[in-house]
Amino acid sequence: MSVLDRLTGALAGGDVRVVDLTHRLDPDFPVIVLPPEFAQCARFRMEEVSAYDHRGPAWKWHNLTLNEHTGTHFDAPIHWVSGRDWPGGAVDEIPAEHLIGPVCVIDCSAGTAQDDDFELTPEIIAAWEAEHGPIPAGAWVLMRTDWSQRTGAEYLNMAEDGPHSPGPTPDAIRLLLERDIRGFGTECVGTDAGQGAHYDPPYPAHFLLHGAGKYGLQCLCNLDLLPPTGAVLIAPPLKIRGGTGSPLRVLALVPGGSQ
Amino acid sequence: MTLPYPKKKDPQKRTVVPTLPPAMRSRAALGLSVAAAEGRFALQHCGECGAVQYPPRDACHACLSHDLSWKDTKPYGKLLAETRIHASPDPYFRERLPWRMGSVQLKAGPVVLAHLVGVGRGDRVRVDLRLDRAGQGVMVALPEHRSDDMEDDPVLRAMGTHPKHRRVLISDATHPVTRPLIDALFAAGAAHVFAGVPEMWRRPHGLSALDGLENVSLLPLDVTDPQSLKEAASEIGGKVDILINTARHIRPGGVLGHDTTAARDEMEVNALGLMRLAQAFGPGMAGRTADGVNSAAAFVTILSAHALSPDPAYGAFNASQAAARSVAQTLRAEFAPSGLRMACVYTGPTEDEWHQPLPPPKVAPKALARAVVDGLQQGLEDIFCGDVARDLADRWRSDPGLLEREITGGGA
Repeated sequence: MSVLDRLTGALAGGDVRVVDLTHRLDPDFPVIVLPPEFAQCARFRMEEVSAYDHRGPAWKWHNLTLNEHTGTHFDAPIHWVSGRDWPGGAVDEIPAEHLIGPVCVIDCSAGTAQDDDFELTPEIIAAWEAEHGPIPAGAWVLMRTDWSQRTGAEYLNMAEDGPHSPGPTPDAIRLLLERDIRGFGTECVGTDAGQGAHYDPPYPAHFLLHGAGKYGLQCLCNLDLLPPTGAVLIAPPLKIRGGTGSPLRVLALVPGGSQ
Repeated sequence: MTLPYPKKKDPQKRTVVPTLPPAMRSRAALGLSVAAAEGRFALQHCGECGAVQYPPRDACHACLSHDLSWKDTKPYGKLLAETRIHASPDPYFRERLPWRMGSVQLKAGPVVLAHLVGVGRGDRVRVDLRLDRAGQGVMVALPEHRSDDMEDDPVLRAMGTHPKHRRVLISDATHPVTRPLIDALFAAGAAHVFAGVPEMWRRPHGLSALDGLENVSLLPLDVTDPQSLKEAASEIGGKVDILINTARHIRPGGVLGHDTTAARDEMEVNALGLMRLAQAFGPGMAGRTADGVNSAAAFVTILSAHALSPDPAYGAFNASQAAARSVAQTLRAEFAPSGLRMACVYTGPTEDEWHQPLPPPKVAPKALARAVVDGLQQGLEDIFCGDVARDLADRWRSDPGLLEREITGGGA
């Protein structure tokens, strides 16, 4: 029996379960909001082309408007200025084998329940490794915050001094790059903290990850259903020529019975 | 005479279907409607002999000259004769009998036929040129000294769009005009204000100004989102008597150097947004224009006066304004058979962050609110708010080509 036969058998038998880490694309789902003088991220919009009516008697379909970075989405290296010259750094150029891989989940939910600006630090990563072993090269690292359970205005958590949501410090990202991770993912609207503009460098996750050719995932959900290690992430973005990112369906394969 | 607040509708009775007074006019007579739409009292003046004439004709009644132009005219006169009409074959008037009409000797010269409100034979009167339910200019003779209660008269109520007892939807509560507009609407007797809020998830600015207001309900509404419009129209569509579209997306910049992302947002909100809003609420409102005291009366949209001729410093925005104006003109034609009035409020640069470096004069939110509510009280269709808008409109009317060159060609 081949590995794949065993996998499909395990999927059918429940020894491997599929967890959907994707939010619904919905006009009311928040997108990143920049200062108004900058060009803005398109919201998700859906307009009926026909609905079994005079516009098309037997079929229903919609035209969509969205940004590459609307909803649950993938960031490619060329998304950031630091990764603009990374060879193969656009979504259509990323090798397919990079799109499936192991995933480590660092649970920060206890901290984020107390502090909207909670930081993922090297110390937290070190403590996680002490318990679960070193983060393997080529792994996705996801920061669990339970932020995805927030709805409406609580999600961006916008205040007069900007949004407040958790994220990694520059040194935490540097440590993850030392581990040669594949990418970093969060439940918030971006891989960086809401106040990430005030770090040095600003937006360290975007700046450092993409500068090193790594990927980002954001607006994830259901991270509470993943084990700290041992799951497999499937995250293929749309194949958009020169695309800097893409909305996508993110799935995880987890061992059966795992919570 | 004080108009009582209407009782709740009897749900077993059919909603009255709108009828209209006679709408056909000659090309010459349409001049009355143009003036009435702007709240001006204008008559034809002969360029050769100076005669002032009514009714409008293609030639001067005194000297047969074709050199006729519409000029603002003093609206004062004396009621010569009056009659009370008790029978009419016209469905609109049959529903409203008896109806009083009279002839007024204007000081400007001609004798005009007018609907009568609060005046009798021999009285000194002031004549208004107002739009009737068919959207045509008609004369109404009123006392020289007005009172607010006169607007309650069935004749004026039938042709007007007064906010009294009406329920109003403001499409975007984040516009700085919202609070003064709500205050002005309530001062004019509006019963309730619904205010749409786009993107509640970003905690939009401006809503704190509405905290604690009575008879104001906020609801999610985004003119770029068909689903939100559908949901809002399903909930309150049957209660919207006046709709005021305040949704606006504006970014400074011309065309060559401006990115099309911002221009697309401007088109989405300002032009297509108006279209979506009209599609969601227009048909329901058009079906309720004869629905008693709080019948649907007007659909209002706020435009930049540069919809008429662009200011290159806001080139992409003004393209969306010209598109929105064109959408509004088509809506006016489409609403006409129902008697629902489509009003455009043209404003000069507004006092906000997008016009911050511009010198005055700029239109303050309070002034814009006043213009909208004044326009509704007078039943206007084309409302110009602020000196910049009025001046631009005057120059545009007299010579659009000259105006374009004045704005774009370094005219000083």
